[in-house]
Amino acid sequence: MAEETVKLPNPSSLVVSSSPHIHQPQNARRVMLTVVLALLPACVAGVYFFGWPALRVILVTSIACIAFEAFFCKLFKRPNAIGDFSALLTGILLGMNLSAATPWWVCVIGALLAIGLGKQLYGGLGYNIFNPALVGRVGLLIAFPKLMTTWVTPTPGNFLPDAVTTATPLDLASQGTINADYFNYFVGNMGGCIGETSAAALLLGGVVLVYFGYIRWQVPTAYITTLALITWGVHLANPATTPTPLFHILTGGLMIGAIFMATDMVTSPMTKLGAVVFGIGCGVVTCVIRVWGNYPEGVSFAILFMNALVPLINRYTATRPFGLATRNREANA
Amino acid sequence: MPKQAKFHGGIHPPEAKVTGAFEIQTAPLLETYVVPLQQHIGAPCNVLVKKKDTVRRGQLIAEPGGFVSAGIHAPTSGTISAVTTCTGPAGASVPAVELTSDGDDTPDDTLTPMDDWQNSAPDDLKKRIADAGIVGMGGAAFPTHVKLSPPPAKPIDLLVINGVECEPCLTADHRLMLEDPDKVLTGTQIIARILGCKKVIIGIENNKPDAIELMQTKAEKLEMEVAPLKVRYPQGAEKQLIYAVSGRRVPTGGLPMDVGAVVQNVGTAAAVAEAVLDGKPLYERITTITGTPVVKPGNWRLRVGTPLEAALTLAKGVHNDPAKIIFGGPMMGLAVYSLDVPIIKSTSGILLLNSDETSEFTSGPCIGCGQCVDVCPMNIMPGTLSVQIENERFDLAEAWHAMDCIECGCCAYMCPTYRPLVHHLKRAKAEIVARRKAEQNK
Repeated sequence: MAEETVKLPNPSSLVVSSSPHIHQPQNARRVMLTVVLALLPACVAGVYFFGWPALRVILVTSIACIAFEAFFCKLFKRPNAIGDFSALLTGILLGMNLSAATPWWVCVIGALLAIGLGKQLYGGLGYNIFNPALVGRVGLLIAFPKLMTTWVTPTPGNFLPDAVTTATPLDLASQGTINADYFNYFVGNMGGCIGETSAAALLLGGVVLVYFGYIRWQVPTAYITTLALITWGVHLANPATTPTPLFHILTGGLMIGAIFMATDMVTSPMTKLGAVVFGIGCGVVTCVIRVWGNYPEGVSFAILFMNALVPLINRYTATRPFGLATRNREANA
Repeated sequence: MPKQAKFHGGIHPPEAKVTGAFEIQTAPLLETYVVPLQQHIGAPCNVLVKKKDTVRRGQLIAEPGGFVSAGIHAPTSGTISAVTTCTGPAGASVPAVELTSDGDDTPDDTLTPMDDWQNSAPDDLKKRIADAGIVGMGGAAFPTHVKLSPPPAKPIDLLVINGVECEPCLTADHRLMLEDPDKVLTGTQIIARILGCKKVIIGIENNKPDAIELMQTKAEKLEMEVAPLKVRYPQGAEKQLIYAVSGRRVPTGGLPMDVGAVVQNVGTAAAVAEAVLDGKPLYERITTITGTPVVKPGNWRLRVGTPLEAALTLAKGVHNDPAKIIFGGPMMGLAVYSLDVPIIKSTSGILLLNSDETSEFTSGPCIGCGQCVDVCPMNIMPGTLSVQIENERFDLAEAWHAMDCIECGCCAYMCPTYRPLVHHLKRAKAEIVARRKAEQNK
């Protein structure tokens, strides 16, 4: 027989598991890394406008977040999770949500709040209710209100700027001065957090993420549209003293919030319909704070508020199974 | 053109159909076959033979144990050397008979050709299908005569023939349509006659243009339609296929007959033609043997009861030890752990995968990305369900439509944290069925 020359598989090396037996070439780590890469244009823009101090803030928050992630994993006896890059992503997002003038120790406290309070106390990646970077930022805002609202004047191209404090366009608007300097707002030449100022760079990153399907485009679209509609109505009613919708969209944390923070997979709804509801909710709450609250910025609080509603949104926007609606035989096509 | 629709979700994994151009080869007779006595969904069979009995090819060796059952026939002539058990493709031990071939392959003549089938009564044709032990050959192995016996309250006006073969790697149906289109179409005509159904649509994915063209030219003369379908997994799933070719939605928890449709695989149609025209029971089938480790991948006509080891020997063995051997395709097939597992009526493929081709086994927590929801062809929420099932909340899982899951594997294929979503859902479905039974018996 010819069987002598035929090599047969060794049954003891066979693996048995449930189907499917193949998987797409993608994993959580690659998703996180892509989001990090999509943030790079906005980081570069931030460093361009605010110089090396901006880079320092982002580096400190990133390293601190990774260190706290490792520390808490060890403390809670969980497998070390820094390899999934979610802590790096939180660190970069946190740094981008701070002023370039933030002292290093404030950055470290922010990282502790983000990773410890925002993520690991809930059980780590996948179990947190609130966006960790926003938990860090809002925690700092409450603890250091003065420091957290001190902004430096952008110095495009000057990497070693003298820190001259300034106000953000939204601060000025809430005090009654509306500067319609849209071009500078679009490229990012204004006071504010490191990563939030350049709408252009954030949009570029957003396009990349939508292309790869790593964020639901419904979230930023619903968010920005809702905000634009409400602020448009307010502006029409009171054109002299209120900013235009475009002003609201381009200033403050709206762009980074809508594209990168509200779209966080863990803390946003699972379905497309849920994403729309979530985005509309974020838009409404942001407007309520910006227009009728006495705080000029509302994105962080709006997203955190809507994060808390995600389980509810998931329940009421659950998908309808195929064939559920049709109990009776359909008419012939 | 029939009205076509796009079903929700679905994926497009690499097709990897390397054996598409390879002609079907007929396997030489083996010395021994191990024939499992339960190869279908439904009641187990009653064995009719005992040790040292001589049997002929095609002789009934186990009779159906009820209406929803299908008899088992001897794959060749010879002597029953043992009434024993063997490891089935599902991993469990099943009753089986071991048949030692006498080398003559003498046919049994219990079933005679029904040359005048055009004028035969539908019930006679249906009885022939039952006598031939025919089951759905796409993988589910549901007895065919049962599917062809809808209650009078559910008239059938649409017969869908499934030539989709949406599972990657498999090419058995493709080759069958190319090499034996007349047999497939005759079988289709017989099935249509039994159902009293005029409208026939043959669904074929457009990655098989040669099969579409050939079937189209031949089907036109018989007033059947061929629907070329854009490649998308799981297009060959019954509910998805009916929707794709006709726009009809099978209600949740319902059957195709609830929308007046019956789906049959092309392999089943060919087996029906053989049973009626040649009086040949179902004891052999076409199986694709493929995968990177396989030395000579190909499409083989294998007899039921061929041990995996013998099938792999036909393919000249392997280059290296595979990590997985799968009965069926990579999306829904069953991983086996023994080379003694025999080929059965529903074995459409034997797929060998290297460790770098098959999925990782460490899974993480659900990160709520919702990709599983986006690709689910049944539009349920596998991620949410898997968390409920991990917490053993089967009541919640039932309320969130776990029973609608068709186990196609799209969700688990996509999951960025490699969660075993199909595994969870299979567990929940079994658990929910057991609970419903317990509830009834109360």
